[in-house]
Amino acid sequence: MELWGKVLAFDEMHDGTGKPRKPFADYAGWLEGYSPAELRRKAREAETFFRRTGITFNVYGASEADERLIPFDLVPRIIAAHEWARLEKGIEQRVQAINAFLHDIYHKQEIVRAGRIPLKLIAENDAFLPKMLGVEPPGGVYTHIVGVDLVRTSKNEFFVLEDNARTPSGVSYMIENRETMLRMFPELFSRIPVQPVGDYPTNLRRALARSAPPACRGRPTIAVLTPGVHNSAYFEHAFLADQMGAELVEGHDLRVVDGRIAMRTTRGYMPIDVLYRRVDDDYLDPLNFKPDSVLGVPGIMDIYRAGGITIANAPGTGVADDKAIYSYMPDIVEFYTGKPPILQNVPTWRCSEPDALAYVLEHLEELVVKEVHGSGGYGMLVGPAASKRERAAFARKLKARPANYIAQPTLALSTVPILTRAGLAPRHVDLRPFVLVSPDRVHITPGGLTRVAMKKGSLVVNSSQGGGTKDTWILEDR
Amino acid sequence: MMLGRTASGLYWMFRQLERAENTARLIEAGFRMALTRSVSASNEWESILTTAGCREAFLQVHDEIETGAVVDFMLRSKDNPASVLGLYSSARRNARQVRTALTREVWEAVNEGWMTLNGLLSRQVRLAELPDIISSVRQHSALVRGMLYGTMLQDDSFNYARLGTFIERADNTARILDVKYYVLLPATSYVGSSLDNVQWETVLRSVAAERAFRWLHGGESKPAEIADFLILDRRMPRALYYCCCEIVDNLAGLASAYGIRKPSHELAETAQARLGQSSIEDIFDAGLHEFLGEFLVRNNALGNQIETDYRFYE
Repeated sequence: MELWGKVLAFDEMHDGTGKPRKPFADYAGWLEGYSPAELRRKAREAETFFRRTGITFNVYGASEADERLIPFDLVPRIIAAHEWARLEKGIEQRVQAINAFLHDIYHKQEIVRAGRIPLKLIAENDAFLPKMLGVEPPGGVYTHIVGVDLVRTSKNEFFVLEDNARTPSGVSYMIENRETMLRMFPELFSRIPVQPVGDYPTNLRRALARSAPPACRGRPTIAVLTPGVHNSAYFEHAFLADQMGAELVEGHDLRVVDGRIAMRTTRGYMPIDVLYRRVDDDYLDPLNFKPDSVLGVPGIMDIYRAGGITIANAPGTGVADDKAIYSYMPDIVEFYTGKPPILQNVPTWRCSEPDALAYVLEHLEELVVKEVHGSGGYGMLVGPAASKRERAAFARKLKARPANYIAQPTLALSTVPILTRAGLAPRHVDLRPFVLVSPDRVHITPGGLTRVAMKKGSLVVNSSQGGGTKDTWILEDR
Repeated sequence: MMLGRTASGLYWMFRQLERAENTARLIEAGFRMALTRSVSASNEWESILTTAGCREAFLQVHDEIETGAVVDFMLRSKDNPASVLGLYSSARRNARQVRTALTREVWEAVNEGWMTLNGLLSRQVRLAELPDIISSVRQHSALVRGMLYGTMLQDDSFNYARLGTFIERADNTARILDVKYYVLLPATSYVGSSLDNVQWETVLRSVAAERAFRWLHGGESKPAEIADFLILDRRMPRALYYCCCEIVDNLAGLASAYGIRKPSHELAETAQARLGQSSIEDIFDAGLHEFLGEFLVRNNALGNQIETDYRFYE
């Protein structure tokens, strides 16, 4: 497929001659038995299923009746077992490095002393929490849950686009997309051996329980902390709590009782051992961070430091996933694992460096420029898709605050077909596998969330920008 | 054991669903009366608005009590938080809030009910559509109840759901009786008149009891028997005594699960004993209206005590 008349994108389903690639061969054969009209009917059924299940998100300020669905495309994205095996190794290595890095940053800072990363990258980083210095998280785990965003550019080339080490979301879509496919096309799964993803909540519960704090007696009590029913990811918070058999709590259900964080129950206050929080660091503790936050629990940081509770992910993990640190990840991986990274970074220009800035300004029409702290696809420039005027305006912002930006080449993200009114048509995708870290192991669910840009030619897959999702199949090895 | 906030959400969700169902039934009974034209429709609608507790709210936005306006107000008006649609929206909001305490089946039944009613009630209802809408409300309520019984663990969460249902139902039945208490009095002037028959029929219909009553009492309706049936019958699921017994049973469930009795248990058992030891003659002697008024106050106090005992709020 052509990309702005210049770059050819790799299609994961069809090869250059239009024949299905090997991982898709069985599926393509099955698909021939369906007419486009039947597929469209299935697509409508899937939408009804999502609405009834309540897999919707609120748009801030809109009425209840306007709850939105993230578009779901029913053509799966299929990855062969051997392709996945390599990704799995690379992700595990990276996530182990991230945890070692966080431990080092909040203790001896050897990587800084070794001159591998500049001190100011840490010291001037908003996500760095001095309150975490010297704190030993229970079980030594900082990031219990990580989402690693990958993009593919050819048969054998995968790049890490971004690490999500704070509160990665989207895992409920991974599970519900599969659930929907199982309901729509049960016969497919008896024909094609797909690795299951449904045990994620059990593994999440296990990972959290294994990281229980010293104060825990007996079977750990786990709770999910949500900002509340108006949060756009509320469905996911409720879903995970439900699937794990954990309580879903809000800040006002909690308080400090006898040196523990306790929740108000029908039988009085009961201590919580592990809190899977879906609230940002800033809002976690009004006594220690943002004083006006009503989403957190006053004093929880002090209880945490005293070993009274496990917070997952640990406070201060954001220092490992911002876009300025990202460019150092190959060094970080090598420093802590002693081996070169298995998964590549996308080449990145740090605009804080004068030479890099000069290069970026000269090549804006080829590059993607992102804010260091941005997310959700906001505040970025896709050079080749932007107008001359947009590029000029962005160049002015870039010159005013160069350290606020990084730039990367515009990658020809691979495509997978989606079902459109005119039949199958290729669209760009990325992939977010979900990683669970417990003191004794790293577990990666075979699959993840495939996000797809629904608009032709678009490279922005974020759901806030109209992106959709697909079920992701990792085939069994046989 | 569960979060106090979750117990509260379950309790209120089932109160709201019960009330939505009862409101729909009241509308149905009123509509039937209006159709038969045997009585002044506006008087009947007024007493129905009073029963539903929204007469004042209605008169703030309407000058005249007229079938179309009342039906619209009670089914879907934004000016009426206790409209069927308003109640379903609140119930669904509570269900989302307590999603982890519900099975997928119960949640989907509530969510689907809300989606369907949202569609049916998105615009002014034509009276010809009313029967379908009422039956849809009934079906969805029945579906939620069926899913509750068929899929939920019968633990404390089930008890909170049932407590909400029966506190609300007792309140609703007592209100229906109180608004119509004068037609149930054994006064001489109206006895046997066709007007009375219509009135009794409405009372029975608004609690879906007309058929059961006929089976138990033959063709003849006597006001004292209707009152006896709706207040003291242990077999009739909308009778006050039946509701009291269910409340006591569900509180007993909580007492055995948590190993502790609370002040609400005393209140509930007292209310149950008062009804259990009374005959309908005793109640008439003391004054039906006074009896119902006191029942409503005590029922309300019991609800408040449950909320305190089980830490619904901080």
